Amino acid sequence: MSQIGPVLVDGVIYSAWLFIAAVGLTLVYGVMKILNVTHGSFYALGAYAGASLTGAWLAKGYPPMLSYAVLLGGAILVTLVFAPAIERGLLRFMYAKDEVVILLVTYALFLILEDTIKLIWGVNPYFVAEPYALLGSFEVGGLKYPTYNLILVGLALALSAGLAWVLHSTKVGKLLAAVIHDPEMSRALGVNVDRFYLVTFTLGCLLAALGGSFTAPTVSVVPGLGVDVIVLSFAVVVIGGLGSLPGAALGAVIVGLVRSVSVHYLPQVELFVIYSVMALVLAFRPRGLFGLAEPRKI
Amino acid sequence: MRPDRTPATLVAILAALALGGLVLPQWLLFILTIACAQGLVVLGLSLLLRAGLVSFGQALFYCIGAYTAGALSRAFGVSDLLAQMLAGTAAAAAVAFVLGFLLARYRGIFFGLLSLALSMIFYGLIVKSETLGSTDGFNLAKATLLGVRPDEAWVRYAVLLAAACLTLLAALLTHRFLRTPLGRLGPAIKDNEIRVEYMGASVRYAIHVNYVIAAALAGAGGALAATTVGHIDPEMAYWTTSGEFVFIAILAGSGSVIAPFLGALIFGAIHTTAYDLSPNTWQMSMGVALLAAIVFLPDGLWSLFTRLRAAGAGPK
Repeated sequence: MSQIGPVLVDGVIYSAWLFIAAVGLTLVYGVMKILNVTHGSFYALGAYAGASLTGAWLAKGYPPMLSYAVLLGGAILVTLVFAPAIERGLLRFMYAKDEVVILLVTYALFLILEDTIKLIWGVNPYFVAEPYALLGSFEVGGLKYPTYNLILVGLALALSAGLAWVLHSTKVGKLLAAVIHDPEMSRALGVNVDRFYLVTFTLGCLLAALGGSFTAPTVSVVPGLGVDVIVLSFAVVVIGGLGSLPGAALGAVIVGLVRSVSVHYLPQVELFVIYSVMALVLAFRPRGLFGLAEPRKI
Repeated sequence: MRPDRTPATLVAILAALALGGLVLPQWLLFILTIACAQGLVVLGLSLLLRAGLVSFGQALFYCIGAYTAGALSRAFGVSDLLAQMLAGTAAAAAVAFVLGFLLARYRGIFFGLLSLALSMIFYGLIVKSETLGSTDGFNLAKATLLGVRPDEAWVRYAVLLAAACLTLLAALLTHRFLRTPLGRLGPAIKDNEIRVEYMGASVRYAIHVNYVIAAALAGAGGALAATTVGHIDPEMAYWTTSGEFVFIAILAGSGSVIAPFLGALIFGAIHTTAYDLSPNTWQMSMGVALLAAIVFLPDGLWSLFTRLRAAGAGPK
């Protein structure tokens, strides 16, 4: 029996999802050297906003095809409410501190946001399957796949192309490279570094929220949704190399395929295999497969 | 030189627990025992923190200790607390000895991430193994002490007393270790590794030793927690458990071997009170407490004592 087709399709879909969920993490780390634990909170916030707004949209009887725009809008809305406030109100006072201390600050924020979500949306699960079922399905190797999954793949490709274009072919991208390389010198040359940090953090969180809101139609949205995503995104970006965009894509593809193969052939080892890959990469190439070597400082 | 008052303080705390335990309510005895268990793990974590290393996977050894105790209880019917804690310690130390060769090469965020990955591997293993109860875990038999099964009304007190004695022993040994030349290297490694190497000491060896001791303490804590709660599950190896330990370590500070236990007790107190007052927002209270600790007490609660002492001893 040939399973290659379904294994590949599953792998690609899962990779696309992983990339959307994890790329914001690598962006924020790459620019600000912050390993952002609240990334998972924004994933959950996006999922809740997407599910509740789309649910309300459909209940009002508005055109269901536009529910995809509502998913997008929901992610943008929650991000704009929380991310700038967190960066301006708290994180910017921490930049002088150690990387690990900032990580703990975001961990504390993650605990706070986790309960904020419960306060806003309650503890009952949300379901909105309509956007998922709306597009019908396609068939590979005798297995049916909802066409919705292709939206995820398209979104992942569009995001990676868009980010690559901004970083490599625009003035903003060049300035960002300068900020990454030497924030103090950039500041001295008149670059508004604070604004870069604010925008980068918000964008990174928005990507997490997008991942959440576009996943919402495929799952039941329950408290604690983001907890798994945090460590899974860590695995993805660490495998590729913290702060590397192509690395995040490679990490997503590796984890996606590895997971898909193990789910099809040996489901017991799924988590074991994913984190083993992470540990192996750290053991042999600690800066990840695409990570840049850091100049040694005495 | 100031006389070393830590051993005397520890013994005094043990005596206070032994006497106080006779009159304290059962639930408080439980909280105190759990504080011992978590304090042991955090004590280990603070050894690593002194050397500038933050482990986001200390739950690995906590869980190894717990499952070793569980396996003893389930497969061999050994429910003796002492045997379980010794076995948990040994198992965790053995695993750490092997992993230490790898981890001793890592610093900063990479040390944290690799230890996180290792604990998640273990989580992935036990969550899917049906003989170990997969996600549900399994229950442990009631604890016995040196072959004696304490009366139902006294079992909490007996476990607390035994746990406190063993914890005291572990804390004293760690305290001794910190006064050896090897133990004193920790803060030096944090300050400047290259200078430590120039002094003729091996940074990697020192970190390896600290790592194994930290794991042994976490294993003992895990076994104690397993017997006290009477139930173990894979959550004990999950990253949120490691996060809690780091939380307590930051809250406590690393000025003394007593600090982790104080931190664990205060963590338990915040946890219990916040959960009682509002079950849906207790995490928020914890998060605020952690933020407050990072912002206002960057050296932890223990720095309050050292500050007081410094103020008392300073020039008039």
